[in-house]
Amino acid sequence: MPGPLLEVSQLSLRFGGVAALGDLGFAVAPGTIHAIIGPNGAGKTSLLNCISGVYHPQRGTIRFDGQDVTRMPPAARTRLGIARTFQNIALFRGMSVLENLMVGRHVHQRTGTLAGGLWYGPGQREEIRERERVEEIIDFLEIQAVRKQVVHTLAYGLQKRVELGRALALDPRLLLLDEPMAGMNAEEKEDMARYILDVNQERGTTIVMIEHDMGVVMDLSDRVVVLNFGQKIADGTPDEVQQDPLVQNAYLGAA
Amino acid sequence: MDTFPKLLLRNAERFGGRAAMREKDLGIWRETSWAAYLDRVRQFSLGLVSLGLERGGKVAIIGDNRPEWIIAELAAQAAGAASVGIYQDSTLTEVGYVIDHCDAQFVVAEDQEQLDKILGMIEQLPKVKGVIYSDPRGLRRYRDPRLMSFAAIEELGRKQPAETFNRSVEQGRGEDLAMICYTSGTTGSPKGAMLSFDNLLTMAMSLHSVDERRATDEFVSFLPLAWIGEQMMSVATALAIGFTVNFPEEPETALHDIREIGPHVLFAPPRIWEGLNSQVQVKIMDTTPLKRFLFERLMSLGGFLADWFLYRPLKDRLGLSRLRSATTGGAALGPDVFKFFHTIGVPLKQIYGQTEISGISCIHRNDRIRFHTVGEPIPGTELKIGENGEILSRSPSVFIGYYKNAEATQAAMTEGFLRSGDAGYFEEGQLVVIDRIKDVLKLADGTTFSPQYIENRLKFSPYVKEAVIVGKDRPYLVALVCIDQGIAGKFAEKAKISYTTYTDLASKPEVYDLIQGEVDKVNQTLPAAARIRKFVLLYKELDADDEELTRTRKVRRVFVEERYKPIIAALYGDQRSIDVDATIKFQDGKTARVKASLAVRSMEAA
Repeated sequence: MPGPLLEVSQLSLRFGGVAALGDLGFAVAPGTIHAIIGPNGAGKTSLLNCISGVYHPQRGTIRFDGQDVTRMPPAARTRLGIARTFQNIALFRGMSVLENLMVGRHVHQRTGTLAGGLWYGPGQREEIRERERVEEIIDFLEIQAVRKQVVHTLAYGLQKRVELGRALALDPRLLLLDEPMAGMNAEEKEDMARYILDVNQERGTTIVMIEHDMGVVMDLSDRVVVLNFGQKIADGTPDEVQQDPLVQNAYLGAA
Repeated sequence: MDTFPKLLLRNAERFGGRAAMREKDLGIWRETSWAAYLDRVRQFSLGLVSLGLERGGKVAIIGDNRPEWIIAELAAQAAGAASVGIYQDSTLTEVGYVIDHCDAQFVVAEDQEQLDKILGMIEQLPKVKGVIYSDPRGLRRYRDPRLMSFAAIEELGRKQPAETFNRSVEQGRGEDLAMICYTSGTTGSPKGAMLSFDNLLTMAMSLHSVDERRATDEFVSFLPLAWIGEQMMSVATALAIGFTVNFPEEPETALHDIREIGPHVLFAPPRIWEGLNSQVQVKIMDTTPLKRFLFERLMSLGGFLADWFLYRPLKDRLGLSRLRSATTGGAALGPDVFKFFHTIGVPLKQIYGQTEISGISCIHRNDRIRFHTVGEPIPGTELKIGENGEILSRSPSVFIGYYKNAEATQAAMTEGFLRSGDAGYFEEGQLVVIDRIKDVLKLADGTTFSPQYIENRLKFSPYVKEAVIVGKDRPYLVALVCIDQGIAGKFAEKAKISYTTYTDLASKPEVYDLIQGEVDKVNQTLPAAARIRKFVLLYKELDADDEELTRTRKVRRVFVEERYKPIIAALYGDQRSIDVDATIKFQDGKTARVKASLAVRSMEAA
């Protein structure tokens, strides 16, 4: 049994006097899909922000593949293999789908500005190699028809897909998805669920996602962590979590 | 050279390294030479035989247009078996019906989407020995002993002696069964039309003799390969002539890929031509007044000035610069669209035919193109009008019969002629098709009239996607209209009307007013008794998945009238609106519920 890919322990995050996360811990095994659920304001996005390096927790550690990344800047974590998508789409709106994905590959490019600008030689070879990787992602997500379209002209569901593509372009080992299906219709949700499963199965990428749609969570996830008021109240398989009285209370009783 | 596999052998020898097929993959056009095409067919064929494919057997194929589709077809035929294409958007039950009815021993499916349909029915398909997929994505956890990859079959075939393949091809005869084409028809369950190599190859050559194709031509294959029309072009003609067949990256990129290829030959249903035309019209609507003025002047001016400054650049933008043979078929195309293409120098021709005659019986001739006719019989085809006004045809391309359905075969023939079920007449040697015979209406004054004629007039309006006229044995005519969401949506945008869904858009009074104007225009051209008195805008588009259209998008009148019975009843009553509570069925068998209130619009001044 290999060690966990991601290990969060005793994590605490405060904004002034408000405790966003309190003494939180869980582990994500490589190759699994992990869902984080909980009511509004439970601290889900804060947790994702701590893992990706946007927020700095006051206490606790985050280990990625055995390495302590708690104090590491976001860009360094990206190089280690952590990528994410955002609740509100974060793409270069004025650039094409292709350009957005190529930017995602930038972290892997080795030739310098000069070689890239001169284009011929190593710069060209690298560009061709990177383009090929991006084309594979375009094929994977079936967005060939919009390859050269400017992102802001695309439908919302399609933009979400492009954002997933941009994260995939980083070749992540750990993919953090913040509400990948928010605002989608039933058909788009079904497509997105299939892409997430495919990313996990075909590429072996470990996935941590925040999602509200319980049907999706129960169908896709290997494990579910439930947060309420910044505390972990349950952690287990979808079945176990559903049976948990604390969870039922948080979702139904409190209302 | 009387079979497809023999032609493939000839072409591999004659053309060798030249491109037989091209497929866009990962953004790049990738070629398969004639020699490589033959290699892959040989391997796949030998692989299937080693797994037990027999002469006279059947191989069912389902998927988008890709080289593997055609390779599987030729491989089956080389082994003395026949291919059976299945429309890729068929539902679970349709797929199961065809595979079982045609006695397929093997099924070749493109990907997970298609495989799920087959595996969902596999308990009811005991005759199937193997299910073969070409795209392994998402199949990691599939466990069925009958499941095999395309590459694994090819690998199996590589180990067999090539001699076996050549001998098997030599055994083939022109009169052998080449394929079974299932036609859903506008009524009842699908029937399998059996076509021989002779049927298909005489058709390809007859068509070629009046509408020339060359070995150096480029062709883009994007219509369903299960359809006889696409088989005629991408397989029969491509093999007989030796031109290059190009497969788009995805169905949605077809128009873009056409532009990249710049085909010499293009065969497309009206919706594609209408799509190209409306692309131009929409751009012109959005441009500056000066450019619009110039466009309109040059369009009506003609001459070399217009040719150099407008027509040629326009054709280039659409990817039609090299187009020599342009045909449309399957449904009527509006005269305005026809005129547009002829003006810019695209010699668009109408063709007419049916699956049972290997696709085509009539085509326009170069110098005699009338927009409302379907042209003249192709060489070798004898056409006449039967006593009841039915179009009858006879040619060497008339099919062998329906598979396992002698009764239907007999009903399809009369005195050696093939029935079409269409009413028509000749006008100076050119055929005019009126409508399906059983749909032709008798009006109060005794004259016959065609609902399809009126429907087509309505559909020529860019805002109308689909229209169904009802009126047989009724006091007056009414119409069920489906709006075109794209263009009606653009209208709503300009008029600052907000809407959410198709159902919502179709319920807007302003949209009703718009369509009323269009209906009124059509009514002006009709005799008083044949005018549309009332119409509704349907809350959803007609869909083949709901059995309202055939897979080639023809309206299945009986189903539509049955399904919308309450709406039609309301149209003949004095209700002002109808409450609808319906379920919509999706391709994967799931359903959704729709609740709406439809307004009934009367055409009389109230």
